[in-house]
Amino acid sequence: MSREPETPVSSLQPPASGRVFWRTLDELADDPAFRERLHNEFPSAVEAIADPLERRTFLKVMGASLALAGVTACTRQPAETIVPYVRQPEETVPGKPLFYATAMTLGGVGTGLLVESHEGRPTKIEGNPDHPGSRGATDVFAQAAILDLYDPDRARALTNLGEIRPWADFLAMMRSVLSAQQAREGGGLRILTEPVSSPTLAAGIQELLSRLPQAKWHRWDSAGRGNAHAGARLAFGDIVDVQYRFEQADVIVAIDSDFLGGGPGCLRYARDFASRRRPTEADRMSRLYAIESMPSLTGSRADHRFGLRPGQIPRAALALARELGVSGASQAPEIVRVDVAAIARDLTAHRGSSLIIAGDGQPPFVHALAHAMNDALGNVGRTLVYSDPVEASPVDHLDSLRELTTDMNAGRVDALLVLGGNPVYSAPVDLAFGEAMEKVPLRVHLGSHEDETSERCHWQIPEAHFLESWSDVRAYDGTVSIVQPLISPLYGGRTSHEVIGALSETPETSPYDIVRAHWLNRVSPGAAEPTPAFEAAWRRWLHDGVVPDSAFAARTAALQPDAAAAMESASSRWAADTSGPRSFDIAFLSDPCVLDGRFANNAWLQELPKPITRLTWDNAVIVSPATAERLQVGGHPAYTGGERGQIVSDLVDLRFKGRTVRGAIFPVVGHPDDCATVHLGYGRRRGGRVAAGNGFDANALRTSDAMWSGPGLEIAKAGGDYPLACTQYHHLMEGRGMVRAATREEFIANPRVVHEGFESPPKTLTLYPDFTYEGYKWGMAIDVNACTGCNACVVSCQAENNIPVVGKEQVLRGREMHWLRVDSYYGGVADDPQTYFQPVPCMHCENAPCEVVCPVAATVHSDEGLNDMVYNRCIGTRYCSNNCPYKVRRFNYLLYQDWETPSLKLGRNPDVTVRSRGVMEKCTYCVQRINEAKIASEKEDRKVRDGEIKTACQAVCPTDAIVFGDLNDPASRVAGLKAEARNYSLLDELNTRPRTSYLAAVRNVNPEIGE
Amino acid sequence: MRAPATPPVIAPGHTFGTVTDKITSIVLTNKTPLGWWAGFLFVSMFAGLLAVSLTYLVLTGVGIWGNNQPIGWAFDITNFVWWIGIGHAGTLISAILLLFKQTWRTSINRFAEAMTLFAVVCAGIFPLFHTGRPWLAYWMVPYPNTMNVWPQFKSPLIWDVFAVSTYGLVSLLFWFVGLIPDLATLRDRATGRASRMIYGMLAMGWRGSARHWHRYETAYLLLAGLATPLVVSVHSVVSLDFAVSVIPGWHTTLFPPYFVAGAIYSGFAMVLTLVIPIRKFYGMEDFITMRHLQNMAKVLLVTGLMVGYGYTVEAFMAWYSANRYEGFMMWNRMTGPYWWTYVLLILCNVVTPQTLWFKRVRGSVPALFVISLVVNVGMWLERFVIVVTSLHRDFLPSSWGRFSPTIWDWSTYVGTIGLFLTLLFLFLRFLPMISIFEMRTLLPAAKVTEEA
Repeated sequence: MSREPETPVSSLQPPASGRVFWRTLDELADDPAFRERLHNEFPSAVEAIADPLERRTFLKVMGASLALAGVTACTRQPAETIVPYVRQPEETVPGKPLFYATAMTLGGVGTGLLVESHEGRPTKIEGNPDHPGSRGATDVFAQAAILDLYDPDRARALTNLGEIRPWADFLAMMRSVLSAQQAREGGGLRILTEPVSSPTLAAGIQELLSRLPQAKWHRWDSAGRGNAHAGARLAFGDIVDVQYRFEQADVIVAIDSDFLGGGPGCLRYARDFASRRRPTEADRMSRLYAIESMPSLTGSRADHRFGLRPGQIPRAALALARELGVSGASQAPEIVRVDVAAIARDLTAHRGSSLIIAGDGQPPFVHALAHAMNDALGNVGRTLVYSDPVEASPVDHLDSLRELTTDMNAGRVDALLVLGGNPVYSAPVDLAFGEAMEKVPLRVHLGSHEDETSERCHWQIPEAHFLESWSDVRAYDGTVSIVQPLISPLYGGRTSHEVIGALSETPETSPYDIVRAHWLNRVSPGAAEPTPAFEAAWRRWLHDGVVPDSAFAARTAALQPDAAAAMESASSRWAADTSGPRSFDIAFLSDPCVLDGRFANNAWLQELPKPITRLTWDNAVIVSPATAERLQVGGHPAYTGGERGQIVSDLVDLRFKGRTVRGAIFPVVGHPDDCATVHLGYGRRRGGRVAAGNGFDANALRTSDAMWSGPGLEIAKAGGDYPLACTQYHHLMEGRGMVRAATREEFIANPRVVHEGFESPPKTLTLYPDFTYEGYKWGMAIDVNACTGCNACVVSCQAENNIPVVGKEQVLRGREMHWLRVDSYYGGVADDPQTYFQPVPCMHCENAPCEVVCPVAATVHSDEGLNDMVYNRCIGTRYCSNNCPYKVRRFNYLLYQDWETPSLKLGRNPDVTVRSRGVMEKCTYCVQRINEAKIASEKEDRKVRDGEIKTACQAVCPTDAIVFGDLNDPASRVAGLKAEARNYSLLDELNTRPRTSYLAAVRNVNPEIGE
Repeated sequence: MRAPATPPVIAPGHTFGTVTDKITSIVLTNKTPLGWWAGFLFVSMFAGLLAVSLTYLVLTGVGIWGNNQPIGWAFDITNFVWWIGIGHAGTLISAILLLFKQTWRTSINRFAEAMTLFAVVCAGIFPLFHTGRPWLAYWMVPYPNTMNVWPQFKSPLIWDVFAVSTYGLVSLLFWFVGLIPDLATLRDRATGRASRMIYGMLAMGWRGSARHWHRYETAYLLLAGLATPLVVSVHSVVSLDFAVSVIPGWHTTLFPPYFVAGAIYSGFAMVLTLVIPIRKFYGMEDFITMRHLQNMAKVLLVTGLMVGYGYTVEAFMAWYSANRYEGFMMWNRMTGPYWWTYVLLILCNVVTPQTLWFKRVRGSVPALFVISLVVNVGMWLERFVIVVTSLHRDFLPSSWGRFSPTIWDWSTYVGTIGLFLTLLFLFLRFLPMISIFEMRTLLPAAKVTEEA
């Protein structure tokens, strides 16, 4: 290198191309100026550059990482051993999915799952049949978790004050916190988590608290079960969880409890409940009474539903308790709308096989009353058992958060770790949690998205999705599942274990090791190395998705002697009816699709029509039609989209305890008068492109003294209107018999009663001879009686079949794309109707009206009876859709599928075509699953076994309402169902001869009350 | 010869020469009237709008329109049927009236045929561009292909392809054959070299020999015979798009005759709408006389009554069939969210034409013009009512929805009107709008008795 050091770099080359030569390190390596520059830019690289041997490695690594940076779509396999559920990993065949067991945590309760993985990419979630909380079913949240995983809006980097930092910096910061706190025994350290049932995490936090005894662990979940716990404490002096045995219950009273729609164990409960609702076993049919405010899934399945304003429900519970002679309910008021005497007689007639359930929103004394009533009826140990709480060291979430806020306001908190959740958004408004948080010198948030809480925190740590995490969780009955990852964290996400671990002596331990160490200690206490027994057990746990015998044992809980007096005093303020005729009650509910807002950035859930209202993308102020009329507000279908798209609703101002929120009104039939229901989870300011800007924030009215409901709401017309995207506004059947129903008595007297009044054309009514199906003849039966309307099938279909979301603007135009929709219809009296749910996939008609009108033969009948859709051939005349009486076809009016976002591509099902614009699509009966099973059976030279093919909707259904199979096999379940007297076809009179048929609903009405 | 009770089909005082001069002067003048330029620029702006709309449509998707689930067809098919209907008058006037020896047709047939062609062009745009993937629409044509797939011949849309393309082709031939003698006249009278060349080529060597005339008459008569069934078949086939389906409001055996009557109705209305201003602008009152206008008014009245009968039978059958879906469909048409379109449709198509019973109305040019416009609107509404109100509430109440047009629905529709008028302006400027040689046969001088 003969060049003089003084020579300015810029003089060597023209400035335009000068950069190229800067990178020619050989030439410039000895230049001191460059050396300095280089050192400033890559401090650790300078040594490597100087050493020729190291330099090669450096360049190799740089080159490799540059190359890899370009292939962000590549999957990363976790390094730790995970065990496939069914097939052995060494048999991994490209194109063959593997299934792994894991579990999803929601509200501190786990649901066991089997996750389908295509070459390392999780694409579809099914329930784990071995898991007590799932039994093969999942809820909508588990179905939509795939989209959450690949959400492009997830927090992607560890940041401090908005700047990206390495994990090591965070660890260093935490070490300094730890050393500062050690002196004060952790007096300034606060940890705020969601409810925790993970044994490992609970142990980790307890271990931390044992080292820093002055530190505090707070819990907050806006749907926390504090009332239930307080009620148990009131009744028993101790916190216990209740597990219900619906399969044992003959008479069930749900007091504001939506046990079918949500909460711990709801999937299992729905399955058990449905098992006692089969009209073929009419003698065993249970009877359900629901006392509730906002119509819920449970209420719509009830034989008798009593709609009461929220303030009246505890009064109804008191009246029922007095009727049953339970002490502690002496001040019971008169309740006119609920026939408590008849219910009480029914309950008394079924001692030991009845069940009373209080909802989480009810005040503690109602829970205590329910315990007392169950005790008085001798139900304990039969239709319900008590167990230890699933939540680890449970606290009252509200008290816990209040205490934390007080501490923060008093300046007693030096460092706050928020592990999961979004408390700034979801905390009761009167606590002013966000403002209080600002007083903490160090605030850390572990969260999946950059949300309202991250905004107020110094450190934001991207939270690993559960499909990227090692952890463990307890089911509603205490059964432990090990959460194993399907994929390495896409965005360097971290788990709570690692953040808590950062305060331990071994901060760099991976979550895998943390979880394994915890369980090793449990299996072989004191063992330093994994024992062979442990390894075998571990493999088994991962494979099965459950840790055997880890469920809590039933425990006894005796009513406290002073419980009656305590209930008496707690209930005194409810005994008198304080609600004036002109004031409204307000009720807060977690949204059925986005819950407390945690799923607000999930477009599948946002576009999922909410079970009763059929609203998408927004929440609304839900009132009864009579109340809306009194307020002179309401909504009407717009010409754009109309009943299947756009409802233009009046905006109203809700004034509650001095705070005002503006939302759109939405009248719902069956909602009680003089009260309004608002759903949480909307009105998000941050949290992703999908989350922000939808609906209004009901948390802005929710105060710590009215967490679930309260009196004194004022509703005023605000002027102006708002477009609500509603996929079904007309719920009347117009005498067309879409849903057929009978009472149990009618059904027993005449099983064919549901066919009366409807004509069914003779099968000979065609010019053509019937086609003979030689091999398979697929068909489906859907039991309207079993369907709870939970929507899991809809999201499952969406995940399985790569169905795009279209966005609110397109839903408003009436263009949502769901292949499977759940229609709801009203029956019975006008102001208090029965609600029926009807999942509607493609009917796969024998005489399909769509097939004859397609000009290019893009929709054709297969020789197994399927109505196939050939996307490649479709030119998009939409004639088939016009001619479909069931309107199950969906058209890609625009390019709805996201072809750009790389992360979304990972989540697609490779077995299903991704449709482009201009193409019609519809339910295929999951033809990819049919073909997979057929190929498997042909290899083994046998027929497909009954039940071997489960369509995506069928697989996740908690109540087994959907059954698919071969109609040519008389022994198949579907053939059996179709032979039932309840079986009917939708629009039978059109002679389309649908493959999908329905089984009529049968309600077990109490003759004393009548319909 | 008795004195005509009705006005003559050609004003007295014309000779062969004046007829030829009058008609050819419009084409062969070097001075294009300023009014033509103004009108042409105005309407071609709308044709440009069509180009913009269709470009955006192909780039973005049918979603720029308001169509949705359950309303898969809306403005697109409404406009298609409307334009096809308008296209009916031409062939009817040319072919059927020719066969029935209605000589009054002579001064309007050329014009009506041109209108037919342009209307078919506009109509054809919709079924092509309303598909989700218009670049694949050629799959509807049966041609040998490597995919080994034929179109699905059971689909009425395939029948449409045949019906409309046949109709377009025969109309074009008919029009062109009828033009040949006049093109020769233009060739002979043209002064410019370019126009002589062009008209000369188009005249295909016509010299007016007796043999030519003989061949011409035979060909024209044959084409008229060919075109006559098409008048009935095209709109019958178009109506089968609806009648074959299962949707209440579509599934009706009445549709073929009802659609044909409606087509003739709207076609005559459109001829009136166009002829009245043009005869005024070009001073053609001598050739397109009150006799023509009155005759067309009578056709309007008759076909209007047929259409009214169709509406009545539809409503009657909805009740008489005792089918709850049919009954609801009719009730929804009359009282549902789109009730006003149905009321307007009855007002436009049934009530308004009843004024034509009065001679004074038939004799008033402004009244005829207004009525023709009203009928045009009414016939468009009829198709809208059939397409949209039947689809928007069909069998399952859960799938009921509504439709409202977007700006692009309107721009495409208005754009086709712009294209139609642009073509018409070009036609008026460059071709003889009235058949010269046939007009000459109407002159008294042409009435040569056999025993001269």
